[in-house]
Amino acid sequence: MSKFRKKKKGIPAVNTAALPDIVFMLLFFFMVTTTMRETSLQIDAPRLPSASEVKKLEHKSLVTTIYVGKAKEAKFGTSFNRIQLNDKIASADDVPAFIINARSKVSEAEVPFMTTSIKADKESSVGTITDIRLKLRDVNALKISYSASKTSD
Amino acid sequence: MARRENPEINAGSMADIAFLLLIFFLVTTTMNVDSGVSKKLSEKPPADYVPPVIKEKNIFEVNINRNNELLVEGDRMEIKDLKEAAIKFIDNGGGEGKVENGVATGPCTYCNGEKSETSSDHPNKAIISVQSDRLTEYGTYLTVQDQLLRAYSELRNRLSIKMYKMPFAELEEAYKDDKDNESLKKKVELIKTSYPQIISDAEPTN
Repeated sequence: MSKFRKKKKGIPAVNTAALPDIVFMLLFFFMVTTTMRETSLQIDAPRLPSASEVKKLEHKSLVTTIYVGKAKEAKFGTSFNRIQLNDKIASADDVPAFIINARSKVSEAEVPFMTTSIKADKESSVGTITDIRLKLRDVNALKISYSASKTSD
Repeated sequence: MARRENPEINAGSMADIAFLLLIFFLVTTTMNVDSGVSKKLSEKPPADYVPPVIKEKNIFEVNINRNNELLVEGDRMEIKDLKEAAIKFIDNGGGEGKVENGVATGPCTYCNGEKSETSSDHPNKAIISVQSDRLTEYGTYLTVQDQLLRAYSELRNRLSIKMYKMPFAELEEAYKDDKDNESLKKKVELIKTSYPQIISDAEPTN
């Protein structure tokens, strides 16, 4: 009988020490990449026009978004000119109240840096956008950004 | 007879699999960055505001009709030609610049235009007026705005390369990273005032 007799033969246990690391890694990944949508879209996701001179919107907390496009519900008709503010389909007349409400959520010093992002569908008409713009000017929300996807050219 | 033990699954490569997945997602997901064409609206004019008289030659008129067709300075034009036309107009430099804080800016020394009598006097006097119909498609409208902005950025870029051997975008980027740098700030301001973006949106027609 040899001195180095093999002990009970068996496959070593799986080392799961790294498993939490992996799970955390995935978790962080999803945490970083997901963008939370505070409002649910009442309109079909706007097909954004494309442009080359686009700038990234910084300071997400200072951006208020107005959606323009075709309403999901049939009762609002099929035109591409429905305006969505917060969770509701609204009209251009409701824009000032919406902006003032958004302003109340940030500190006063930051108000001049607030930007209104207009996410409108390609097929919306300029008239609707102009109506919104006039209302924005009434409440002195002068910084706007026409949301567009970037083209390489 | 040897007792068979329940063999455990080797999970040593689990980490590799997870990393593979992680990398796959990293590569495939496009992060949704909100981007758009920024614009600053003009303030609401007071009720008794009288608009200043602007010479016809300093206005570059762009009309978009409800069929998404373009009329530039009275002629039909394709969108792809708009940028060139705008550059030609802005960069004409046919006369004296406007008087700012009592200092006349004089003729445009950096313009490469034709110095035509019938086009704009100076980039700081050149106004682009976009008029669209209420029924114009927003997509077309934004493309036009984009083309006009491109005209400006091309001119700024050219001037920036000439003066500082550096594209304007890089100059701006450098300034953004180093906000306290006075000389950079001056450079950026100078280029911006040399070619100020004056695009006005006229009230749309019905």
